[in-house]
Amino acid sequence: MKERNTITLTIDGEAIDAPKDATIQQVLETINKPAPIICYHEATTSEGICRQCVVEVEGWRVLAPACVTKVNDGMVIFTNSDRVNRSRRTILEMLNASVDLSESPELQGQMDQFDADRERFPQAKTRAQDVKDDNPFFVRDYEKCLMCWRCVQACGDDIQYTYSISVGGRGFESKISTFFDSSMPETTCVFCGNCVAVCPTNALKGKTEYFMELGLDYDQIRQEKRKERKKNGDG
Amino acid sequence: MLQTKSKLSFSDFLEKNASRGRTMLLPALLKAQNEFGHISKDVATEIGQALNTPLADVTGVIEFYSMLFSEPTGETIIRVCTSPSCSARGGRSLHHELLHQLNLVTDGATPDGKYFVEKVQCLGLCDKAPSVLVDEIAVGNATSERIFNPPDDLATKIYPQEAVITQRIGNVYPTSLDDYLNNQGFEGLRKALELGSEKMIECMAESGLLGRGGAAFSTKLKWEGAAAASGQSKYIVCNADEAEPGTFKDRILLENDPFAILEGMLTGGFAIGATKGFIYIRGEYQKAQKVFAQAIESARAKGYLGKNILDSGFDFDIELRSGAGAYICGEETALFESIEGKRGFPRLKPPFPTTHGLYQKPTVINNVETFANISLLFRIGVDAYRNYGSEKSSGPWLFSLSGDIEKPGIYEITRPTTLRELLASAGGMRDGKHLQAVLLGGAAGKFVHPDQLDVRLTQEDARAAGLTLGSGAVIVLSEDVNLKQILADLGHFFAHESCGKCYPCQLGTQRQAEILDRNLAGETLDEDFSRLEDVGWTMTDASLCGLGQTAGSAVLSAMEHWPEIFA
Repeated sequence: MKERNTITLTIDGEAIDAPKDATIQQVLETINKPAPIICYHEATTSEGICRQCVVEVEGWRVLAPACVTKVNDGMVIFTNSDRVNRSRRTILEMLNASVDLSESPELQGQMDQFDADRERFPQAKTRAQDVKDDNPFFVRDYEKCLMCWRCVQACGDDIQYTYSISVGGRGFESKISTFFDSSMPETTCVFCGNCVAVCPTNALKGKTEYFMELGLDYDQIRQEKRKERKKNGDG
Repeated sequence: MLQTKSKLSFSDFLEKNASRGRTMLLPALLKAQNEFGHISKDVATEIGQALNTPLADVTGVIEFYSMLFSEPTGETIIRVCTSPSCSARGGRSLHHELLHQLNLVTDGATPDGKYFVEKVQCLGLCDKAPSVLVDEIAVGNATSERIFNPPDDLATKIYPQEAVITQRIGNVYPTSLDDYLNNQGFEGLRKALELGSEKMIECMAESGLLGRGGAAFSTKLKWEGAAAASGQSKYIVCNADEAEPGTFKDRILLENDPFAILEGMLTGGFAIGATKGFIYIRGEYQKAQKVFAQAIESARAKGYLGKNILDSGFDFDIELRSGAGAYICGEETALFESIEGKRGFPRLKPPFPTTHGLYQKPTVINNVETFANISLLFRIGVDAYRNYGSEKSSGPWLFSLSGDIEKPGIYEITRPTTLRELLASAGGMRDGKHLQAVLLGGAAGKFVHPDQLDVRLTQEDARAAGLTLGSGAVIVLSEDVNLKQILADLGHFFAHESCGKCYPCQLGTQRQAEILDRNLAGETLDEDFSRLEDVGWTMTDASLCGLGQTAGSAVLSAMEHWPEIFA
């Protein structure tokens, strides 16, 4: 007899027992078939933004994001259907046409896995922009930003309760904003580094790493940083 | 006469409302926008501090709503509609003409700061296309001359098969509570109060009433869920964020019969045990806001809002909120977020509003026309109500007709009627032109081919034909209309209105607009057709909310009917 807290569902034709309040993704992980993810991070609230983990549930009108959808007894799930694969591939292709994913090895791997054409959307508007370099600790290279929201969540209720950044703009023009475009030192930022830690694409990058990539050696980097601290009245 | 908005200055407003915190953010920003013409950094700081809201979030909210500006605009803001109904009737050339006349190259302010021009999405004045909003004044059948000398508001025509929902319109003074009472006003509420909550929900179940906002969801299920939900605070919310291109029936109800909506909200409140209601009216509907605000005041003065209504022991009050330019706030959970002082992002569902709605409390949210139907249902009773409409789409239904039709306006359908019959009753095609297509259900709907006109306008028949009635928008397009232009308009609409939360919609609406622009310019690339299909289906299948899930539907339907125009 089945335990009260266990349900049975079917995944790609295979019957699986699972705990009652698990998400689809948690069950997929137990059978070594995790759905691909972009915005999901264990330290931040799942908002179901990227939709890359969508799966097909029999009888449902639309696809279900595995990261936030709870399993039900008798649920029939397909993780590899045409609809699922088209959505995953198209999301990657549209993203790659908008954002610089060159420093996102996981997404490069997903593009290979789902047969995404890296040139699928020619003549597409991009989010290309200059690097924001306004503090001694990290740079913000938003042309690499996926809008996964993790940095905003880490800065706010999920980790630091500092609220120095917010989601701004709208639609394709969405961006990570500070108050009236203030530099980071002018905001409530305490430079805890949590946002950098949860960034999936290197859009947020520690200053040392950034300088090294620009070809500076350790002495030069130390001098650069000292200069910046003085500039910010902190030296 | 209509009263203007409260005379409270910005500072007094902020002081008075500071204790309510973040939920007052959008009202405060709108107040500042109206008083100063924009929201400066200093003013935004003051607002954030007073309402205990992080400053970054204040910027996030300002940037989300298209009627809020952080830079100075102009003394007069001229908003020119370029959504399908207006675009098909000259809205785009009017916009060009206006820019030319003001020596502007693109949207923005004139050098003397007198005028600020911008293209906008549907203003809900579709029967009088092309339409323009000059500050708060709606200008229909707009010409560059009429924009600068706004004439009196042109009344929208109402054409009922039988006047049921529209019965009072034109026969009462909209803000006169006496007129309302003399025309069977509050009779439904009186009967409902006698029935009690349980019997009311039974009555609602028997009525089969479906929501009129576009999704046609059962009102009974919402009532039942919220009535059964635990907790003392519950809310009734009226969704008056009507912004679906081609839809203007809610505006007509709000401006002409506000008490019927107010009564519906009271009735719903009593049924589920709520004591507070909100009505969220889109920012572009200034006249509707003024009329409704006055209706609330009159009702309060005569004891129809407040404590112990009609001596029943039932307390209820209504707060009016203004939108600030965001189609997505018509999505129920985005609307809650907006009232809570946040960006209008739709929430993940479940949980559903009936248990976790406004302020995470049990909430019933219905469309304006639905509330009017609730008042009607309890006034005339289930049997009489079911005499109207069809078995599965009971009651009277409003349709908004616009485009190349002889008699645009609001049509009240009380018996099953085909689209062909509806168009015929509207005098047929304007100037004897041939019909090319009907966009049914607005931007979120689908194109109807001329050989599909025999579909009956009920939920069940529309669904069987693979169509949707949506919010009842019927945009009629003649042979003279360039469908490629209309498709590009739809592309721009969704790209402008996507909130940007989920990737399929945030990226897909942009990619879709780019491809449709190329199509319009005759610069289609190889494989654009399959790109458009992949984008459309990905938005449909994988988006988080109804906006993204329908952002590709009209385009996909056009690709099916007329593949040749995508070459």
